[in-house]
Amino acid sequence: MQSAPRTGLLRRIRHHGAELLITAPSMAWMTVFFVVPTVLVLLLAFRPTALDGGVGRGWTLQTWRTISNPNYPSIVWRTIWLSFAATALSIGIGLPCAFAMARIKAQWRSTLVGLVILPFWTSFLIRVFAWRLLLHPEGTISVFLHRTWSVFGWQFRFLAPETTLLYNSFAVLLVMVYTYLPFAILPLYAAAEKFDFSLLEAAFDLGARPWRVFWRIFVPGVRAGVVSAVMMVLIPALGSYVVPDLVGGPNSEMVGNKIYQRALPDRNLPHASALSALLMLGVLLPPGLAWLATRKRHLGATDTDVVAAMNSPSALGNSGGRRRNGVRA
Amino acid sequence: MKRLQRRSLATFWSVLFFFYVPILVLVVNSFNASKFGGAWKGFTFKWYEKLFQDRAIWQAMENTFAVAVGATLASVVLGTLAALAISRWKGRLQSAHYGLLYTHLVLPDILMGISLLLFFISVGMELSLFTVFLAHTTFCVSYVAMAVLGRLENFDGSLLEAASDLGATPWQTFWKVQFPLLLPGIVAGGLLAFTLSIDDFVITFFVNGAGSETLPVKIYGMIKRSRDLPKINALSTLMMCVTVLAVVASRMMQGRGMRPQKDASAARRPSSPAERREGQGGRVRGAAHHA
Repeated sequence: MQSAPRTGLLRRIRHHGAELLITAPSMAWMTVFFVVPTVLVLLLAFRPTALDGGVGRGWTLQTWRTISNPNYPSIVWRTIWLSFAATALSIGIGLPCAFAMARIKAQWRSTLVGLVILPFWTSFLIRVFAWRLLLHPEGTISVFLHRTWSVFGWQFRFLAPETTLLYNSFAVLLVMVYTYLPFAILPLYAAAEKFDFSLLEAAFDLGARPWRVFWRIFVPGVRAGVVSAVMMVLIPALGSYVVPDLVGGPNSEMVGNKIYQRALPDRNLPHASALSALLMLGVLLPPGLAWLATRKRHLGATDTDVVAAMNSPSALGNSGGRRRNGVRA
Repeated sequence: MKRLQRRSLATFWSVLFFFYVPILVLVVNSFNASKFGGAWKGFTFKWYEKLFQDRAIWQAMENTFAVAVGATLASVVLGTLAALAISRWKGRLQSAHYGLLYTHLVLPDILMGISLLLFFISVGMELSLFTVFLAHTTFCVSYVAMAVLGRLENFDGSLLEAASDLGATPWQTFWKVQFPLLLPGIVAGGLLAFTLSIDDFVITFFVNGAGSETLPVKIYGMIKRSRDLPKINALSTLMMCVTVLAVVASRMMQGRGMRPQKDASAARRPSSPAERREGQGGRVRGAAHHA
């Protein structure tokens, strides 16, 4: 009775032996250091907090009840609006950039891509720090804006002396756009490079205005690039920690900052877990929706799509590969 | 059309201005005698001198390199194996395998940091340079796997068939045919892993323990204390010089390494502009990872 399944299993192991052997190392590593910790986060969110800074016994919904108190929803709301505003601004600025890059002579294009990427080869922390220097009350921009200028005897200044540029949501948004804009420009440019610009000529010949041509012909034409640009900006933006921490103040905290505070200085691990679970949900929602959207598009797949689907490593690899290519190109 | 082009070009140049000004101001201020850099108070090297006297920074640099070398080696092995498995076999196991690596790439750093911290606490592991190494290897595996997979997608399978038809064992086929052709992808993945490890702040911040500060964690501490600001300018300027040099060097190396691969796959698919820029794009996604 027992030998039948066992030989079946043995045969399967022998049959899949090479596959299992080559898959095991990375699969095991990712399971231990990615799947298990993620499940742990989800579980800890339902554990009570122990007074000594550890995790108590039993299961509770207490943490979730605390999270719905008036303090947290405002942070969640701020995280959402700042992330969406940064995404919208990045794409709004990125679209004309992609347009310009795709219209320039072919031999200059890789130079332009290089110019966009070059500043981002410096450390992320240092780029944020550079803005802190600029916006600091004694920094270059502040000094410029706060100084009293006199033109023909008429005195004025750009900002009242008491306004500070640093430690507010405006600074967070500005620096977020600064750090995430290249991730919007590159996929948009990849899509714009494949765009058929003769369509625009046709629209102009038919009498359309420039603004209308841009928004009604160009933007829909690069929508695959727009989708990957949204992902590239929105997901890291939702999980921001460094930017609000270094250029934001107490009134511009985001979920990432709360996770850190709860986990390290406060040692309230269930709280940190619950917030992380919330963030995970928010982060996995947009790619899930995008995945559904690309899957729907496959109903009208062209020949090249089918070929790409056949060559891709797996069914899931298809949508992933598409995104990766979009980003890389 | 002209007008649209002119306007978009103007936007593009202003964006470049926006990108470069903060960095230029930082570099200029590293030579500025004024502490806050609002105004120019004369040229000086004193911040560089102070920087070189700081022992803690050198220690942090040593830690950073130790972790980066270890994580790169480990993730190159794991990531290459993962890519080979994913490209060779289909089915649910490999779908899950790819899904794991890919999801990990998408999740924000802070989630990886917090989940690994909770994991290390739960299994009773002391936070040290070793936990930093484990965390870095975990996020580097995904990048190496994707870089090698990119190579494998254009790989001509008939070369392997030819090798085995000519009597090569699977082991010989791998080391004599497949591995040399994959090497540029593996090197690119390794370089990516190395730079990501050196640059990572958020994950390291969560899982580092006493005495295992890496350079980014150290810089963060200096920014927070607000005392050593000009020293950070000097350090940043030096780091920028190093990264720009490293990037130029790796691009030149990659350019050389690409050629045999191109020849091999030329018959099947002419190399597209997208393919040629692969290295850059990957690096950028890498930077995204840091946000």
